[in-house]
Amino acid sequence: MSEPASTGRPMLIRKGERLLGNLSLRAFTVWYRDIKVWTKFYKASILGNLGEPLLYLLAMGWGLGRMVGTVNGIPYIEFLAPGLICSAAMYAATFECTFGSFTRMTRQSTFDAILATPVSLEDIVAGEILWGGTKGFLSGTAMLLVMSLFGLVNSFWAVLALGLAFLIGLLFASLSMIVTARAPSYDFFSYYFTLVIAPMFLFSGIFFPVTNLPGWAQTFSWFLPLTHGVDISRALFTGNVDWSIFADLLWLTVFSVLFFTVAVREIRKRIIL
Amino acid sequence: MTTVLSASDLTKRFGSFTAVDGISFNVGKGECFGFLGPNGAGKTTTMRMITNHLPVTEGSLSVLGMQVMANARKVKARIGVVPQENNLDTDLKVLDNLLIYSRYHGIPMKEARKRALQLLEFFQLADHVKSPITQLSGGMQRRLLIARALINEPELLILDEPTTGLDPQARHVIWQKLRQLQSQGVTLILTTHYMDEAQQLCDRLVIMDHGRILIEGSPRDLITKHAGNEVVEIRLRDDEDRESCLDAIGGMIPEGTEVECSADTLYLYSPDATKVLTGLALDSNRTILHRRATLEDVFLRLTGRDLRE
Repeated sequence: MSEPASTGRPMLIRKGERLLGNLSLRAFTVWYRDIKVWTKFYKASILGNLGEPLLYLLAMGWGLGRMVGTVNGIPYIEFLAPGLICSAAMYAATFECTFGSFTRMTRQSTFDAILATPVSLEDIVAGEILWGGTKGFLSGTAMLLVMSLFGLVNSFWAVLALGLAFLIGLLFASLSMIVTARAPSYDFFSYYFTLVIAPMFLFSGIFFPVTNLPGWAQTFSWFLPLTHGVDISRALFTGNVDWSIFADLLWLTVFSVLFFTVAVREIRKRIIL
Repeated sequence: MTTVLSASDLTKRFGSFTAVDGISFNVGKGECFGFLGPNGAGKTTTMRMITNHLPVTEGSLSVLGMQVMANARKVKARIGVVPQENNLDTDLKVLDNLLIYSRYHGIPMKEARKRALQLLEFFQLADHVKSPITQLSGGMQRRLLIARALINEPELLILDEPTTGLDPQARHVIWQKLRQLQSQGVTLILTTHYMDEAQQLCDRLVIMDHGRILIEGSPRDLITKHAGNEVVEIRLRDDEDRESCLDAIGGMIPEGTEVECSADTLYLYSPDATKVLTGLALDSNRTILHRRATLEDVFLRLTGRDLRE
């Protein structure tokens, strides 16, 4: 039964083992734990996630919309709505996997407790990110319902925006986990929100077409994940669906996987010495 | 006896700091094995290597016949872990803590509920099924931690300071439950600062300091070997030191007696203290204490009396 003794170097990843080799379906037990906790506070949580994008929709859509009139031939509020579903998903997942995950990783030692069971570190990170994606989906759903009440949903394609909200949630949950892994304290997250999330919100084409920006800023915007989400969402809402959304979808998928992989590595560095 | 755990030259380094420095030990099935040592001795680091929380730097560590880390999932499925820091899930109520933990272990829901209720009964928590964790006393939280560690019916239970910070009643309840578990065949490994706890529970123990094992044996044998059977403590007067005190009490100390002196007390360790006492010129207003030797004497003699912070 004896196996070779471990080597002298600190083992971030053991030889012959792929980075995500310890990933399993047990990730869903971590996801389930988070859902279970959420069901106790879901009203406050949905209101929190819905409140801000809804305020933007009403203030900008009604207030600014009167001055702007139409953008690309559609009323401003209808131009705005699809993007705000994306930002709602982004914010929900980001809050969850920064403040939420950080609390579970540090103050509550939840990760430490789970690591004493057959659930692996990769499962924990995946479970947290799945939950972040789910939060994105839930916020997207709430937004879509409200928007349909306002008569802003004119295409059946818009239902697919829920899937998109999940994907956006996964991407931003993964990105947030990387930040969480590096965060010395809660204060650190204010940098992330100010320097990354706020520009994302403002320059990804939610409030105005990205083509309004100078050329270099358009290039910058292409590197913002949310830009691709907004592109897809707007196509779904207007019903102008063409093949270009697959390019955006591919972009989001590739970066989600990349960010997830980095998140696993960074969390491992943080909690397994 | 079947070996449940076997460590050889086990080493853990954090950067240039060596927390555990090449220790070797074996634990047999059904034993209660203790780790004693001052703060920073390497006890918790050792526990965390056993529980697959920390990778081993050097040496080998096999738990239930499997090398740790490489077989992390399989090992963790068969051990129970009671950590030093309370990490109960404060977002969940008492019963949910056990049920969610069962899911991590992949225990079917019906079976999990049955086990959870039995464990809450066993640990006298049955009245608190729906309580939030924050409403439990320290002793209750610790009992729940142990209950949680038993949900997968482990063959080996690892306890890192299971009774630190608890009142005497709570400690005695936990000791009794641990003895009961041991009699059911569960192997126990624990760390503690409390010598009485080690004496109460452990069949064998090691005393660690600076990452190394100093001695290993049964509590009784260690006491006899390292502290004799009995101790006479003589409090020094303000103006006395070791030599002047020995002079004052006559210095007729029988062979086989070991003398040690701390800041204000002279300790005479002896197989037979009555003999020591009769040989001494003790006046009536001198403070003396004649008692049986304990594990604490062994511990202090081996690790010194300096503060560890």
